[in-house]
Amino acid sequence: MWKNFPLFPERASALAAQVDGLYFFLVAVSAFFTVLIFLTIFVFAIKYRRENHPHPSHIEGSLPLELTWTLIPLGICMIFFAWGSLIYFQEGRPPRGAMEVYTVAKQWMWKFEHEGGQREINTLHVPLGRDVKMIMSSQDVIHSFFVPAFRIKQDVLPGRYTSIWFHPTKTGTYHLFCAEYCGTQHSGMIGEVVVMEPAAYQAWLTTGGTSGTLIASGHQIFTQMGCETCHRSDTQGRGPNLAGIYDKPVALEDGRSVMADENYLRESILNPAAKVTAGFKPIMPTYQGQISEEDLAAVISYIKSLSQPQTSTTSTKEAAETGNRE
Amino acid sequence: MATAVQPVVERENYLNSNYGIKSWLLTTDHKRIALLYLFSITAMFWLGGFFAMMVRLELLTPAGDLLTSDTYNKMFTMHGITMVFFFLIPSVPAVIGNFVIPLMVGAKDLAFPRLNLASWYIYMIGACLALYGFLFGGVDTGWTFYTPFSTAYSNTHVVTVALGIFVVGFSSIFTGLNFIVTIHRMRAPGLTWSRLPLFCWSNYAASLIMVLGTPVIAITLLLVAFERLFHIGVFNPALGGDPLLFQHLFWFYSHPAVYIMILPGMGVISEVITCFSRKRAFGYEFVALASIAIAVLGFLVWAHHMFVAGISMYSALVFSLLSYFVAIPSAVKVFNWTATMYKGSVRYDTPMLYAWGFIGLFTIGGLTGVFLASLGIDVHVTDTYFVVAHFHFVMVGGMVVAYLAGLHFWWPKITGKMYPEAPAKLAALLTFVGFNLTFLPQFVLGYMGMPRRYHAYPPEFQVLNVLSTAGASVLAVGYVLPMIYFLWSLRYGEDAGPNPWNAVGLEWMTPSPPPTHNFDETPVVTWEAYDYEHQPQEEITVGH
Repeated sequence: MWKNFPLFPERASALAAQVDGLYFFLVAVSAFFTVLIFLTIFVFAIKYRRENHPHPSHIEGSLPLELTWTLIPLGICMIFFAWGSLIYFQEGRPPRGAMEVYTVAKQWMWKFEHEGGQREINTLHVPLGRDVKMIMSSQDVIHSFFVPAFRIKQDVLPGRYTSIWFHPTKTGTYHLFCAEYCGTQHSGMIGEVVVMEPAAYQAWLTTGGTSGTLIASGHQIFTQMGCETCHRSDTQGRGPNLAGIYDKPVALEDGRSVMADENYLRESILNPAAKVTAGFKPIMPTYQGQISEEDLAAVISYIKSLSQPQTSTTSTKEAAETGNRE
Repeated sequence: MATAVQPVVERENYLNSNYGIKSWLLTTDHKRIALLYLFSITAMFWLGGFFAMMVRLELLTPAGDLLTSDTYNKMFTMHGITMVFFFLIPSVPAVIGNFVIPLMVGAKDLAFPRLNLASWYIYMIGACLALYGFLFGGVDTGWTFYTPFSTAYSNTHVVTVALGIFVVGFSSIFTGLNFIVTIHRMRAPGLTWSRLPLFCWSNYAASLIMVLGTPVIAITLLLVAFERLFHIGVFNPALGGDPLLFQHLFWFYSHPAVYIMILPGMGVISEVITCFSRKRAFGYEFVALASIAIAVLGFLVWAHHMFVAGISMYSALVFSLLSYFVAIPSAVKVFNWTATMYKGSVRYDTPMLYAWGFIGLFTIGGLTGVFLASLGIDVHVTDTYFVVAHFHFVMVGGMVVAYLAGLHFWWPKITGKMYPEAPAKLAALLTFVGFNLTFLPQFVLGYMGMPRRYHAYPPEFQVLNVLSTAGASVLAVGYVLPMIYFLWSLRYGEDAGPNPWNAVGLEWMTPSPPPTHNFDETPVVTWEAYDYEHQPQEEITVGH
């Protein structure tokens, strides 16, 4: 729109046009009913003003009218509900093969780590035309990852992962805002999402100044922090073998079965006694306070990579539940 | 031949029956208590308005250059807390409801007059606690107190202000209790439920919410205080708590709270539209039941404030569906009010102008609520100025307008004086224009992506922000005018007489101002609600 006085955000994701479509439909229907009511009141106020119409008629009501103006709005609302829900479910189910970016939000900045280990602060580079999934947690209070041009938003919580995905469709630089009040510099916790042509993105990746991919550094931390001592790749360890557990159900000591998603892995590291795998004892020490959010993301990346060849049974349910409570 | 002018002996009424500060501070007369509340909430309104002014002045420029970030954060927080808990929630019930409901049902007072006085004192204690917190450092958590920011990161007077809100909640509970019992047990002979004015139905529904919902916010704020003071982990994950638990508990009350705020206002509109159309309410039973439906359904939608908070998609689906259901009874009311004017005999007095303003602005506000109930849209616009515009449309364009309509409508009954009609009409027009200019641009800002609670913003948002602040200045003038002419009318206003509007209702069948005991004889009701058919058609001559 007009550069200096825009009235509408840019559309830079596959979702944006869908959200806008529903928005315009809502605006049209709302405008229709608003004008209808305004006009009706205006007409009645003039036509039936006391000078013109000194003797009011005595009307009690009308059941057919009540039913009409109850059921028609209800029907229209159901259209809004269905349409909006379809979009929301799409947003909640990242496609398989999405590129993952781990995000740590803290007062008052955004820290991003790409799969290749490239780290960024406040600016996020992504390639055009690829699905991107943000796996996010906060180091302190609740923040919210908001990119108006993509029409997406997701709160970022301390203590667990939430995720959001998008598919950029237009190169450019777009606002990133923190959308959940988080203290003094809440309005300063802003950044940019830079969508690049795939070739330019590849070039950017090599300049990332990385110390190895996320998976490689995760493996290093896994060894350094002693995880390998118990979680061995044979079955002799005091802890379960982690190869192939990601994104599959895990049977627990107490009889429950849970999906091993990012939040499960996170909880198992920070609060191991919460869910003990069947057949094992609750002897794992907690790493709460000993591992940073970034290192946690790297270790989880590494554990996920141990399931890599076996993607045939990855369910979309996992994707849906990543942002959800267990 | 000149006749000697007889001195007029002022008839005994609730205002002159007793003098002195003790007779006011120890009164149990519901009419005097209503005035005590009027004084208190008006003061809080101006305080909340001052905070709003600071916010809007800062937002004239993209940079955060008027206030520091911390001060700005305190301004919007205190604006919200003051307006929601200390102005909107008590406004119509504690001022207009307290005054009018016993009169409307033909009773001498509310069921529990001393509880009524206690509720005002509790309000004052809560207000003083909150004011202490505001003045000696402020609070910067937002009126929503989200955790763990409020329990572990904010360095402001969270506990003091939270306690103030905790205390004032009891004022609300006691008022609700009083109304419920009064309406059940103290109606005059012949006043059946189906003859009850819709104002009573609306306040009854709001009272149900007050009594059932307020305890939840009380406990929630206590838990926040415990976590903050004693580090008991309830909401802070670092202590083993769950931040979403706070949100569920908070919104479980705070969503129904918005219906506590709007239902009494809707009751006012029902009274005003019928009087100034000189017709009974179209679809009386539907409007009455819609109030109850709003109260019940209002308890089932709270997590629509949490669609991006980290709840499950399936949970969100259910709350979205229920949120659509709660919109329908409000729509039904709007249609019924409009239909009430059909073939009526319409007058353009100030209360009616405000009622029209309410219907128009509440319609827009309610429709934008429908936008927010749609999951796909909500993800984009939640936590932006779209939401800010939505709730100001229903709370200010709706509720404050309804409150003003009620004040103007019952002013002659309360004071025995008419307000001057010309400045009143001007004020109504100014508030309507000022309001729209303030808040319509905010819908655009929100969809564009301007988040709420932002002290500074990207420059492309400036033009709309300037329009919004300009509108707020006009709105402020529209609010100052009634302060001036209402006070003026106390001394110079025309005497009102018992029924200046020629309205139907028991409150109009007693002198203005009413005597302390309301009615010389308990009335016996033999007519239906809004029986304008049998009301003699007298020309309204007062004040025009």
